[in-house]
Amino acid sequence: MSFAREASRAVRSTLVLWVLTAIIYPLAMIAFGQLVFPFQANGSIIQNAQGEAVGSILIGQPFTSDRYFNSRPSTTNYSTANPQEDEAGVLKTGVSGASNLAPSNPALLDRIQGKSDPDPEKAIEGDLPRLQQAGVKPTHDLIYTSGSSLDPHISLAGAAAQIDRIAKARGIQPNQLGGLIRQNTDGRFLGIFGEPGVNVLKLNLALDALNPVP
Amino acid sequence: MLQGWIQIALTLLIVLIVTPILGGYMARVFFGERTYFDRVLIPVERMIYRLSGVRSQIEMTGWQYIRAVLISNLVMAVFVFTIFMFQGVLPLNPTGLGAPTWDTALHTAISFVTNTNQQHYSGEVTFSYFSQGLALGFLFFTSAATGIAVAIAFIRGLTGRTLGNFYTDLVRSITRILLPISIVGAIALVALGVPETLADPVLVPTLENPTVQQAICPCPLPILKSSKNWAKTVGGFFGINSAHPFENPNGLTNLIQIVAMISIPSALIYTYGIFANNRKQAWLIYGMVFGIYLVFIGVAAIAEYQGNPAVNVLLGSQQPNLEGKEVRFGWSQSVLYAVTTTGTMCGAVNSMHDSFMPLSGAVMLANMFLQIIWGGQGTGTAYLFAYLILAVFVTGLMVGRTPEFLGRKIEKREVVLTSLLILLVHPIFILIPSAITLAFPDQLSGISNPGFHGLSQVIYEYASAAANNGSGFEGMGDATLWWNLSTSISLLAGRYIPITALILLAEGMSRKPVVPVTAGTLRTDTGLFTGVTAGVILIMGALTFFPVLALGRSRKPFKLPEESNL
Repeated sequence: MSFAREASRAVRSTLVLWVLTAIIYPLAMIAFGQLVFPFQANGSIIQNAQGEAVGSILIGQPFTSDRYFNSRPSTTNYSTANPQEDEAGVLKTGVSGASNLAPSNPALLDRIQGKSDPDPEKAIEGDLPRLQQAGVKPTHDLIYTSGSSLDPHISLAGAAAQIDRIAKARGIQPNQLGGLIRQNTDGRFLGIFGEPGVNVLKLNLALDALNPVP
Repeated sequence: MLQGWIQIALTLLIVLIVTPILGGYMARVFFGERTYFDRVLIPVERMIYRLSGVRSQIEMTGWQYIRAVLISNLVMAVFVFTIFMFQGVLPLNPTGLGAPTWDTALHTAISFVTNTNQQHYSGEVTFSYFSQGLALGFLFFTSAATGIAVAIAFIRGLTGRTLGNFYTDLVRSITRILLPISIVGAIALVALGVPETLADPVLVPTLENPTVQQAICPCPLPILKSSKNWAKTVGGFFGINSAHPFENPNGLTNLIQIVAMISIPSALIYTYGIFANNRKQAWLIYGMVFGIYLVFIGVAAIAEYQGNPAVNVLLGSQQPNLEGKEVRFGWSQSVLYAVTTTGTMCGAVNSMHDSFMPLSGAVMLANMFLQIIWGGQGTGTAYLFAYLILAVFVTGLMVGRTPEFLGRKIEKREVVLTSLLILLVHPIFILIPSAITLAFPDQLSGISNPGFHGLSQVIYEYASAAANNGSGFEGMGDATLWWNLSTSISLLAGRYIPITALILLAEGMSRKPVVPVTAGTLRTDTGLFTGVTAGVILIMGALTFFPVLALGRSRKPFKLPEESNL
């Protein structure tokens, strides 16, 4: 067979398969998703009573204050930025990322236990001292960063460790918080696959509903 | 701890159940027998053949088959490269991205056409929706289908049949295997929360501090995603892949993805058993791979469960290493995913491999060195049989019998093709470029982690390229001209040299006369022979890569506690 015929066959089959796998298939799937599962297909966005979007149940948000259950440390601060100072363009596309620090990397230990430096720019606060100062017994999920930097969950132990601090800051009973944690825990699939995690955004929204910001 | 092991065991049980079902189905597809979707698919396939000018019934010789693979893949790569360079003027580009640098576009096109899907860029800020969905999404299918077609041609030749027609196998792999599974997968994933939209990112004020806004990007995911796993690939719209909650929101999606990655390469071994009419041998080989896979999972799981000793000291108790891992997966699902993705050359990750404990990292490297702990779509199975042929040769030498495989003599040509072109290409294109890179650490390497781990980053990158794996120790600064071009060479050599040799080997075998089985025949479907094969595989892997492992990786587990005091 001549080379020209072989080439023409390659080009034509490339175009035909391209139309099939890159145009027909994805468009059919997008149409299906939008029609049958519109909530999931648009990012599982939840709204408040006023109908404004407050976040996605699948994506974590940064929480560091005493009044909220803190989320895991994040290398991208949960894809957030102040719109006035967003030079890196975080809000244009959204970002995700991870530390990619090897277990042997000294930078990992510096980040966890903090590092003092005469130059305040270079000093690192450290997640461990921060938690200890706040009276929270550190758990592994609260000191290690996640793979996506958007992890919506903390572990059950990590949530339980924060109960006393939040009860004190908000002046509510610790036992009320235990119930909230249970209600906002995403369990394993069939009780078997994956690990249970407390959805921090949902939990904190429930917390605000129980004890509104004055 | 026990709960984690139960999850792993049940996942593997599901894989075991899927194997004979999918393997039997694939055998029927490639025998041209009746299958479920005939009524719909036969007219569709006829139309595809007519539009592309393929005469589907015509058998190809070895060189015709190889030329068809090379020319079609070249056309696909050029097509996709062109799309990348013109993405600035193409639609579906809401964030106004311009053309990437030529070397990034070249590396990406080669990486995806070789079914490697190694990424030297971050998805969100380099490629538009058009490039990701309509160019890369296309290659997810065709590159996996190319691998499956080659594996089937190889199995056909090995079992004494003619090789078949590349375009027919390519089209059938897509219409009858990859597309149906992808459609089911995409529906399942979107139902479970994976977004499917072409909308722009959503901006929300954060709850704690409303002056700060969060960008949520529910970009077109599962269309890439399901083809991604089933068609084996990293891709992913997000630089971070399946750790992203939008790509892998819960335990069920994770389970689906793991089964998806492993099902085709494992089922192909069963398909071979049907073609060779020797299911016992297929299950023995399957058992061998499964055994090595189990050991690898065990080693990595224990390492992650025990956690980082330097951090455990600070925590005051032993807790699993969760750096770069998601809470919803924990140590067990992260390990299972990592060992599976590196073993099946999938390259999707649900946790960051760079941050795994040293022993787990060694397991992932071993996966890529061996290439057969399930292996890539199609090609992995073919490599497995290349090892088998080598084992036949070695045992034949040991006992002084003429080596035969499936009744056909193994002679000089087979041994040269197997050892030189299939199995040795791999270390050559890992170790030589690694040595060059490490000789110029400041100019070339872009290492981000100090000490032994830095060396491992370089080895991992080339191993991932030559094995057409695609995962990486992502901390490394690899978006440079040197990395793009040098890994491109490893990618091409690691894919097309072995494919060429496999087809030639298969054709040669199919032409040989069958020697009748006698009492003197060395049987290849016994436990003893399978054990010898495992030995050959592990010794080959060990001898080739131990020197470089001794320099980097294997010293780390012993060194780690002291290093933390530095």
